[in-house]
Amino acid sequence: MSNSKNDNTKTSFWDKLKDSPSTDEFMKGIWKDNPVFVQVLGMCPVLAVTNTAENALAMGLATAFVLLMSNVLVSVLRNFIPKQVRIASYILIIASFVTITDYVIQAISIDLHKSLGAFISLIVVNCLILSRAEAFASKNTIGKSVLDALGMGVGFVFALLCLGGVRELLGNGTLFSYSVFPEGFQEWIIMILPAGGFFTLAIWLIFFNFRNQRKATV
Amino acid sequence: MSRETQQQNNSNSTKMLVAMVGIGVICALLIVFTFEQTLPVIAKNKAEALEKAIFKVVPNASSFKAFQWSDKKFIEVDKSTEGELLYAGYNSENAFAGLAIQAAGQGYADVIRILYGYDVKSQKVVGFYVLETKETPGLGDKIEKEEHFLANFEGLDVSLNDNSTIKNEIETVKQGTKENAWEIDGITGATISSRAIGDILKESTTYWMPIIQGNKNIFRLEE
Repeated sequence: MSNSKNDNTKTSFWDKLKDSPSTDEFMKGIWKDNPVFVQVLGMCPVLAVTNTAENALAMGLATAFVLLMSNVLVSVLRNFIPKQVRIASYILIIASFVTITDYVIQAISIDLHKSLGAFISLIVVNCLILSRAEAFASKNTIGKSVLDALGMGVGFVFALLCLGGVRELLGNGTLFSYSVFPEGFQEWIIMILPAGGFFTLAIWLIFFNFRNQRKATV
Repeated sequence: MSRETQQQNNSNSTKMLVAMVGIGVICALLIVFTFEQTLPVIAKNKAEALEKAIFKVVPNASSFKAFQWSDKKFIEVDKSTEGELLYAGYNSENAFAGLAIQAAGQGYADVIRILYGYDVKSQKVVGFYVLETKETPGLGDKIEKEEHFLANFEGLDVSLNDNSTIKNEIETVKQGTKENAWEIDGITGATISSRAIGDILKESTTYWMPIIQGNKNIFRLEE
């Protein structure tokens, strides 16, 4: 008796969660509108720092943090920023959070900062962040903007891991620096070179487009 | 232009100015706050990283002192002094264990900064650590990871002639063709970076070795 009651509340909770617009706001960034595989935004870090899964994860998290913080601030100030200077204001906000991230990463680990190098400061010009500020945060409430940033951030991390994982696995024979293949595996050096980034991205894009097309025809 | 539109324009620019300055101030405050909060941690991290690197390249060292070369002699300086420093490592019995020397030079992507250990008695490079590099991940950065390459620096010969010049200059050779104690076994796939390391070491050792050998007594502890 009590069991079925429990089940009831559970399903209704999940149903509620599934149907609520907030979930939709969050999930769209992960799958339907994935910033890398569907919107194809922010290609510079996507191609440049995904040669190992670890770099991809760190870069994804750093970008997601900047995205979240700048979305919040842009959303808070959205009625205060005049239209004519909005892009300049967004860039100012984004650049500040990138600088903050840079300091924080240095405080967390000098080694991590070493391996990400110049790409941390390049988060400033990541068009994903600017596009979310312009297209979403400047028109929506703080709550929605946070959900949007979280979804997009998770989607970005997921996409970078997809690329970084494949490239490290094939190019170095390891995953998160752990050896995966048996001794004697011939690494595909090209996968960790820039060209490998393009190949891997292309294959993932084919996969995603194929899926979406099939969904559309069915 | 009517007076009204002009007034409106004026108020608009004021609004823009206020908005930009306001955002600027908020951002500046945020950055300064983070900077202040992280500064001691970052300084500690950097000092720890350097200390770890020194203990890594000077075998058996457990403490160190910093020296600066000025006016043709070595003087002991504070560890946080800016400029070109040499670090003398001492073991647990306070005996002089070796020197850690910083060197830098052009790599494939950017300047590579390294720290290497030098054993004064056997006149050999005995340790090697990359402090800063922007070499291509997966290729050039093998200079930090490749085991056979790092094995070069367990005893790289940089001994001097009688007339105080290096007997054999350090040279990077093709992977697998190392024959002499002063050659560095290079890395296939990181040719330029491994050669750069050889050149940096060559330049630094040709400069420092005669100076160090001529003044080596200063590093022994007086007490």
